[in-house]
Amino acid sequence: MKHTLSVLVENNPGVLARVAGLFSRRGFNIDSLAVGMTDNSSVSRMTIVVEGDERYLEQLNKQLHKLVDVIKISDITRDAYVDRELVLIKVSADAAKRAEIMQLVDIFRARIVDVSPKTLTIEVTGNDGKVTAFEDSLRPFGIKELVRTGKIAMLRGKRASSKNHINKEEDES
Amino acid sequence: MEITVAEALVRCLEQENVEIIFGYPGGAILPVYDALNKSVIKHVLVRHEQGAAHMADGYARVTGKVGVCLATSGPGATNLVTGIANAYMDSVPMVVITGQVATSMVGTDAFQEVDITGITLPITKHNYLVKKPEQLPAVVKKAFLLASTGRPGPVLIDLPKDVAQTKINFKYPKKVALPGYKPTIKGHSAMVQQAAKIMMRSQRPVIYAGGGVRIANAAPELLQLAETICAPVTHTLMGLGSFPGDHPLFLGMLGLHGTRYANQAVTECDCLIAVGARFDDRVVSKISGFAPSAKIIHIDIDPAEIGKNVITQLPIVGDVKNVLGALLTHMEKKENTSWMERIRRLKEEMPLHYKQDGNLKPQYVIEKLNEYKEDSAIVVTDVGQHQMWAALYMRFNEPRSFLSSGGLGAMGFCLPAAIGAQLGAPHRQVILVVGDGGIQMTMQELGTAAEQKLPLKIFILNNNRLGMVRQLQEFYCDSRYFAVDFKLNPDFAELARIYGMEGYTVETPEHLLEILPRVLSSAAPVVVNCIIDREEDVLPMVLDGSNIDEAIE
Ligand SMILES: Cc1ncc(C[n+]2csc(CCOP(=O)(O)OP(=O)(O)O)c2C)c(N)n1
Ligand SMILES: [Mg+2]
Repeated sequence: MKHTLSVLVENNPGVLARVAGLFSRRGFNIDSLAVGMTDNSSVSRMTIVVEGDERYLEQLNKQLHKLVDVIKISDITRDAYVDRELVLIKVSADAAKRAEIMQLVDIFRARIVDVSPKTLTIEVTGNDGKVTAFEDSLRPFGIKELVRTGKIAMLRGKRASSKNHINKEEDES
Repeated sequence: MEITVAEALVRCLEQENVEIIFGYPGGAILPVYDALNKSVIKHVLVRHEQGAAHMADGYARVTGKVGVCLATSGPGATNLVTGIANAYMDSVPMVVITGQVATSMVGTDAFQEVDITGITLPITKHNYLVKKPEQLPAVVKKAFLLASTGRPGPVLIDLPKDVAQTKINFKYPKKVALPGYKPTIKGHSAMVQQAAKIMMRSQRPVIYAGGGVRIANAAPELLQLAETICAPVTHTLMGLGSFPGDHPLFLGMLGLHGTRYANQAVTECDCLIAVGARFDDRVVSKISGFAPSAKIIHIDIDPAEIGKNVITQLPIVGDVKNVLGALLTHMEKKENTSWMERIRRLKEEMPLHYKQDGNLKPQYVIEKLNEYKEDSAIVVTDVGQHQMWAALYMRFNEPRSFLSSGGLGAMGFCLPAAIGAQLGAPHRQVILVVGDGGIQMTMQELGTAAEQKLPLKIFILNNNRLGMVRQLQEFYCDSRYFAVDFKLNPDFAELARIYGMEGYTVETPEHLLEILPRVLSSAAPVVVNCIIDREEDVLPMVLDGSNIDEAIE
């Protein structure tokens, strides 16, 4: 089963290497990882998608917790959450195919962000299901290049999976 | 007052009550050495940085304090790596300080630059590259806090030279913020009560004690628990010493080269109480055959150890001393004559044994050392057959009296670790049990030992070969021996004399007995080169793929 972890980390140099290194050396596979600063500049949020059973996830969770820079981990898989991913797709599009592709772009509420005589570059945002469906429908035209940001997620409603404003007491003298 | 970061570092170390630093200088660490020169902290100049790390490690294991070592950038730092990994695997509190090239040069492959924080990422509890001068005091405070609390481990501080030379307004922080670090000390009370119930009800309990008992200073609680519920105690290599070796409930080491009665008791038990141990593969062998009829209760400060290798019925995360203390409040002394009788019989039926045939047997050397050593002696081993014989045939009645490289199994550990141990416990007898292979991995530290005038008692169990690997080849390669015999070993006794130590060579049991009392009571450092039977195997032995109760002997 796929799990979505929302992980708050101290925004220290090397924190990404610590997390990525832990995954590789303990044999955990990352499906996707997106990282960026929160509204608190000393804290970043990583949204990590991993696949595995309960025991695997439990081990991963505990090992992640051992990293001193990791502040909080929430497995939001079973909660109601909104998730988004942004994907850029460069697809072959000669004059004959162009109209058909543009129709798909409309249906999926995607956007064309660049045009060349032989290709279209399309931006689409959405959850995993939508993005994958869009990709599948473009595949017959010939996808030349594709990049995904990885998923970011947030709980629905007023709940927060983790506060950005941790009480980071300043080092007192 | 403004002082340089290097001076501030030394002040921080003084504030942390550091008495001794093991190190080796060089260009990038020059400012720190210049500052250290003015300090009351003793500096021990080693012969190789690996030695410095193992010394800090041995010092920490014996004293329970944080061991500190120091090296320059590049090769100095990389030479530390084995010692850092060793401390990490055995959860030893250590602070490692390395010099680094100037910040403007970092990342340019400058002379003697290596990315030591990158290299040590997986073998430190945490590490820091100090980029801003004013960060240093808090970084040192955090390093000591992290190294010594929770599950201890090594923390590395990499200090660029220009940062070390910058002046700051020094103040040592009283408190530091580590929002992601909250070790659990107190066990969950419902779990504790439930565990107490299971233990009280069990008919055949066994305690499986690891290094966590020593780290938590929980030997008294362990003894009390064992006696309260009539549970015999078996140890991991790291756990030896935390329970009196002459106690009727003592089972000795379990696992791959464990005693047969310890492995049998674990196989028969209905409740296995793992205390500060981590179900290492050298203990468990085949998982399905390990304690097959037992409810497993696992007490450990590191939640990640719970359920990692075997599935436990009842985990309690917390400090071992704290949890055992809490457990004891829910218990009353119970009797269990049939289980005690069963244990007594197992010990009688499957004793440790070896053949005496007139040659000098390694087991005999250990038995005699055990007989003649002081009660409070510290025994330090290297890695190999001699290590296993020491673990099996030595008896300890005090914690922190047996030091060995467990998790990493790093040859070369013995001599430097013993130097650190002796400096940490100047009044205790320190006995080294080391192989002819392992001594030659860090033999240069004889210079450090002699220079520091340490009365180490170094016993080389000399089979002129890599005995443990020969044994593996015997069992797993149909005795096709290869690359295990030394055709040239130095005369170790002569070598000792060259370093100003006493040196003896012993080839017979009689000769050993003759010199042992004198050697062990001498105030001088001594090397005893024991020429032992070359063909001896460490037995019992659980072969790959077997259950622990299926050892050959
Ligand atoms: C640094 C290192 N290299 C290799 C090994 C693999 N190894 C384990 S035991 C052993 C032989 C040790 O020989 P010696 O020190 O003479 O001890 P003996 O087994 O003969 O008692 C070797 C090579 C190791 N544990 N550590
Ligand atoms: Mg040998």
